[in-house]
Amino acid sequence: MKGLFKTLTLAAAIGISATVNAITVGFAQVGSESGWRTSFSESVKAEAEKRGITLKFSDAQQKQENQIKAVRSFIAQRVDAILIAPVVETGWQPVLMEAKRARIPVVILDRNVSVTDHSLYLTRIAPDFEVEGQRAATWLTEKTQGKCSILELQGTVGSSAALGRMKGFNETIAKFPETKIVRSQTAEFTRAKGKEVLETMLKAEGGGKGICAIWAHNDEMALGAIQAVKEAGLKPGKDILIVSVDAVDDALKAIVAGEINVSVELSPHLGGPAFDVINEYRGGKKEFDKWIRMGGAVYTADNAAAELTKRGAK
Amino acid sequence: MNTFKNQNLRRYLWPCIGLLALLVINAIIAPEFFQIEFKDGRFYGSLIDVLNRAAPVALLAIGMSLVIATAGVDLSVGSIMAIAGAVSAYYITKGVDNLALIIGAGLIAGLIAGIANGFLVGYMSIQPIVATLILMVAGRGIAQLINEGQIVTFDHPGFAFLGTGSFLGLPFPVVLVIITFAIVQLLTRRTALGLYIEAVGANPSASHYMGLNAKAIKMSVYCVAALCAALAGMIAAADIRGSDANNAGLWLELDAILAVVIGGASLMGGRFSIFLAIIGALIIQTLTVTIILSGIPPKFNLLIKASAIILVLLLQSPLFQKQLAQLKFRKSSPTNNTSVNGNNKETKNA
Repeated sequence: MKGLFKTLTLAAAIGISATVNAITVGFAQVGSESGWRTSFSESVKAEAEKRGITLKFSDAQQKQENQIKAVRSFIAQRVDAILIAPVVETGWQPVLMEAKRARIPVVILDRNVSVTDHSLYLTRIAPDFEVEGQRAATWLTEKTQGKCSILELQGTVGSSAALGRMKGFNETIAKFPETKIVRSQTAEFTRAKGKEVLETMLKAEGGGKGICAIWAHNDEMALGAIQAVKEAGLKPGKDILIVSVDAVDDALKAIVAGEINVSVELSPHLGGPAFDVINEYRGGKKEFDKWIRMGGAVYTADNAAAELTKRGAK
Repeated sequence: MNTFKNQNLRRYLWPCIGLLALLVINAIIAPEFFQIEFKDGRFYGSLIDVLNRAAPVALLAIGMSLVIATAGVDLSVGSIMAIAGAVSAYYITKGVDNLALIIGAGLIAGLIAGIANGFLVGYMSIQPIVATLILMVAGRGIAQLINEGQIVTFDHPGFAFLGTGSFLGLPFPVVLVIITFAIVQLLTRRTALGLYIEAVGANPSASHYMGLNAKAIKMSVYCVAALCAALAGMIAAADIRGSDANNAGLWLELDAILAVVIGGASLMGGRFSIFLAIIGALIIQTLTVTIILSGIPPKFNLLIKASAIILVLLLQSPLFQKQLAQLKFRKSSPTNNTSVNGNNKETKNA
């Protein structure tokens, strides 16, 4: 029996070494708590399949202990590389050291890990919230020739996405003295709050006269804001420009309908770059930037429809 | 008799003064606050918005006042909102077009939740805070399960009318609150039911010896609270034409309890005023609008809200009022202290 098992493993080993690129990668994902997270998982799986990589996928159901267990089991299975999308920043040092001792390279996706020794992972691939804010602001200032009064719907107070997007946007519009945010309030990243807060803001601004744009830190709030604008008797996208981030499907549909003008994609496609890094590492490259920034694509009426059909095809 | 009337008046006085004070502050910050236009067959203005946005919490507060009057509390109403919204969204996306069926499904989902709460509290004698905590946590999970973890959006003009329609120029949610208020007020004040509810809360054993069926009364109040919550949940879903299980009604149970408390009810049970609970809900919503209008950075929101509410509650507290009166009295005639103390003792004994 034991002998048979040995032969089988040997045969399998020969089989693997025969194809150079056929590596096994473990992926410890947070869970599937949002639409964005689901598309992130799907994208990694699709990318792995395309490249002929065997992907071992683990859904941790938003629990770090499950993620750590998954990483340990990947190490025990002697995978060629590990991808981690951490649920929280802290507590990763011990398990990353185990991976390093087993000489398995680790790539962090999305959220950060806080470790003292940064040689424990190759790199972190994550969206750059500031760049998203900058791109949104650049589009708006170009469209309005730098003259615009903006209502801002902030994300949850203190969240890294809200802080980053605010910083990037504000730095960019600071160069245009006639572009300014006249009112800013949090709508907690939700559709209902977006509608409620904007409704009040519009009334405080004389029914939206003189307001040229709404800048929402995510699509959900923008979608709520659209409804408030409509109920105030104005046309979203025409009377008031709507600028947003995330480019979820609903937002792209709204762009096609002409109700949102622009949405900067919070790219869920982190799989491709991650596998690129792993390939380069296997090719001999040992030093990587510690943060590879993923600046999202900008979707407007020109390219939203095409992207929607592309996503529908997937 | 006269003092009783006087006390009753005072009960109504303070919450109303609180609301008026907030409205005045709003008018100072934003002069256009009281402007109301008639536009496209409906009233349009900040004041109408306050009424409209306060509707979900007002509905929750109507149910919550009854529950609190029986010395209970219902923490699960926010989650029931999410469930009802998810259930209606589910049927709409499954192609059900009959409005009565969609709303009926949402209300039945709420009723089931209410029966579960009422059973645990009334018949199993589990402490209300624990019994309803179960559904508060699990309920949101159930809603997420129905929605499969996504935000389910739909397009159904009939259902959307619940949240965004208007009737006689008023937003439809406001109309629903008025109808619910009228029904519950009639049921509790024109029949003995209100008295029974207060009796169960004030003195359970005495009401038991009087022959009141405390279990059934508790069951009924939790059912009413859950039905109100289901209605609020459908309004919230209809408003955004989508069911967001993660955020619909999130923390609104606390706002509802707060509204009831601002309305002067005691969490120990025994008395309630649905009208005052609705005033409480209006105070909370006016405060939210005040913060948005004032343009203060969002990080101060919660702090301002808390300070204003502490102030309203302090103004209502009889002890605080007495101390305030005493302070004034001391200033004008410091020699008369003894008589004031004497008075205090008397009221305490009474």
